[in-house]
Amino acid sequence: MGAQIHKFEAIVVGGGGAGLYAALALSKEKVQTAVLSKLYPTRSHTGAAQGGIGAALANVEPDNPEWHMYDTVKGSDYLADQDAVEIMCNEAVTTVYELEHLGLPFNRTPEGKIDQRKFGGHTRDHGKAPVQRSCFSADRTGHMILQTLYQQCIKNEVKFFDEYHVMDLILESGICRGVVAYQISNGEVHVFHAKTVLFATGGSGRMFKITSNAHALTGDGMAVALRRKIPLEDMEFFQIHPTGIYKMGILLSEACRGEGGILRNGKGERFMERYAPTIKDLAPRDIVSRCIYFEVRDGNGVNGKDYVHLDLTHLGAEVIEKKLPDIADFVRTYMGLNPVTDLIPIQPTAHYAMGGIPSNFNSEVLGDEKGTIVKGFYAAGECACVSVHGANRLGTNSLVDILVFGRRAGLSMAKYCRANDFAPLPKDPENEVLAQIEWLRSNAGGEKTAVVREALQCTMMDNCGVFRTSETLQKAQGDIAELKKRFLKIQVSDKSQVFNTDMLEAMELNNLLDLAQVTVDAAFARTESRGAHYREDFPKRDDAQWMKHSFATLSAGKTDLKYKPVVITRFQPQERKY
Amino acid sequence: MKVELKIQRFDPVKDQEPHFETYAVDCEPTDRVLDALLQVKGLMDGTLTLRKSCAHGVCGSDGMRINGRNRLACKELIQSQEQPIVVEPMKGFKIVKDLVVDMEPFFEKFRAVKPYLINEDPPPAKERLQSEKQREKFEDATKCILCACCTTSCPTFWADSEFLGPAALVAAQRFIFDSRDQAKEERLDIVGEKEGAWKCRTIFNCTDACPRDIEVTKAIGEIKKEELFRKL
Repeated sequence: MGAQIHKFEAIVVGGGGAGLYAALALSKEKVQTAVLSKLYPTRSHTGAAQGGIGAALANVEPDNPEWHMYDTVKGSDYLADQDAVEIMCNEAVTTVYELEHLGLPFNRTPEGKIDQRKFGGHTRDHGKAPVQRSCFSADRTGHMILQTLYQQCIKNEVKFFDEYHVMDLILESGICRGVVAYQISNGEVHVFHAKTVLFATGGSGRMFKITSNAHALTGDGMAVALRRKIPLEDMEFFQIHPTGIYKMGILLSEACRGEGGILRNGKGERFMERYAPTIKDLAPRDIVSRCIYFEVRDGNGVNGKDYVHLDLTHLGAEVIEKKLPDIADFVRTYMGLNPVTDLIPIQPTAHYAMGGIPSNFNSEVLGDEKGTIVKGFYAAGECACVSVHGANRLGTNSLVDILVFGRRAGLSMAKYCRANDFAPLPKDPENEVLAQIEWLRSNAGGEKTAVVREALQCTMMDNCGVFRTSETLQKAQGDIAELKKRFLKIQVSDKSQVFNTDMLEAMELNNLLDLAQVTVDAAFARTESRGAHYREDFPKRDDAQWMKHSFATLSAGKTDLKYKPVVITRFQPQERKY
Repeated sequence: MKVELKIQRFDPVKDQEPHFETYAVDCEPTDRVLDALLQVKGLMDGTLTLRKSCAHGVCGSDGMRINGRNRLACKELIQSQEQPIVVEPMKGFKIVKDLVVDMEPFFEKFRAVKPYLINEDPPPAKERLQSEKQREKFEDATKCILCACCTTSCPTFWADSEFLGPAALVAAQRFIFDSRDQAKEERLDIVGEKEGAWKCRTIFNCTDACPRDIEVTKAIGEIKKEELFRKL
């Protein structure tokens, strides 16, 4: 069996916000573009983003992009590259207006402008008080972004290959030449020859047991790049969001607290007052998640258990139904509770990979810590690391990131396509993929994907979650090595060519295992605490030694770590207090 | 608790016709039907095939018939289902395998109504103004996640696969009533054709099926009203 060959100037892998915005920009620049998604694009996880997009429009109170930049840098625990953050916060404003022009139905102020609300870590004038910066469409802002961009891609006749799973990147002599993809509906393998490839493949939250992430978020793009010797940056920083539905992990947006909701421990105390006296419940996510666990450890969980309450009862039915309708629906559907009158049990949930494929602010991929550009290869969105989020992302900034850098990717790719011809394909670029598929189809050994995956998720949650020590991380390293051995005995029971999700899940697990390994190894090496990476054995931030980005590569199954300095322009690192 | 699932299976390579198979799993009462299906797939029979992604009712991947009604498997809790829980693919589209149906005709209908804002004026430097009142006219329709639960519960659609169907009509309503859009007439022409809004017999299955609680039949009614008034 061979492969079908397609030729496009630009291939966008991933149909979420970053991919679709890039595709839209490319189509407007008249570049022949195709979007490959392992789902239908409207199923992408951008659609699950709830609370809003941060942009200093100053529609309801004074604000400016410089304050947004300060908050982002401070929120990142000073690990974000400040040149990139500055671009992001400036362009956030024009991007939000552009989305409105494209049809996004934002909530409106009484004057008919885009309405804005408070969000964690976003403040007025360098930390003085919370500010209304998040532009929103009820609590389904991500859904509206995804729909609006998909609609505009249809209008601009973007070509879609839906339910195509990308398994390999064609990269030779430092030049990207395309991708190899598996068509889920019929098991066929396709080669997409391209001048430029964008990975906008999203996150990898499914390596954790309790997560807000979709089943599809298995870090495929990151893992494919890693296997092609592209480093991954800052993988030790994984955001655990404070408010997931207890036991299920389903996200209850920070917008709940932005609208005035508060967290209460088992004694009914508003405990965040003690930890972040100025902005209280609107402290950044890394801090709030840790505080929840401090409360639980001190015996202040609800009924002695490992959860606390989110209290929305004082907001009143109208605010809840009008501004948080989906949240209200989740609480009713999954917990049988009424958020207007009942306290909601919540626990932190694995949410967002700050790390990813290293890219610059034109979304070009960097092949090493020295900044060598991989020609024709781009990354944007959660799978990329620009780095604008550093050690901890602020709420709303993921949507800002996907849009600003998704569009920048599209524009950079268009420029590259105009200046360069197609680099020739190597001989039979599909062979490795065909061999991997054949191996999966025929391998015997009795191991089940679901069982190995669950073991991985448990060890990552227990040993590489909110609290880490050298002991827990070594435990995780041992577990992952063992699970990788078990993967060699994986047995797929569906042998057919037609819509074989059994095989697909095994491929996804393989990706998660590689990503978990570099995550844990990078976390083990970083002997300090910064943002979402909290080492109980090294509880202080250590700027002298660790003000740097990690770059992890895999060779012969071993992680190799190198480091790159942080770009500091305006804001010198300070102690982070709220 | 013990749960019995009766799942419609169909492998196009081996089977002439779909058939049911029964599985017993152990679930928490608050588990989702999706969790039960994934337990079957993960631990008992890896060949069971379904689409899934977000697992909390916002992506629209796992629309299927659960005990005779179109639902998202991730939004239905085990405790609220009668047993055995009968699970079938959505009706009216070709079955690809087990619970997976061919969604292409569905998206084709969606594209047919020009489901995108059309406004050829040069945009202002900031946002176009729109009042909350203007936005509320189409807000309900913006909730649609294109899961196809409505269209595949519609008897008119079962009888006539050319019918645009409720989901495409909801998409049309969303733009017809958006104060920023300039292609209202064009869209009303499309949905005023014989396979458009007038085919709706107000059976309300779509409204019952919608996992996003969109008042689908009402949205179609608003289109009909608009069609009537423009012809007066």
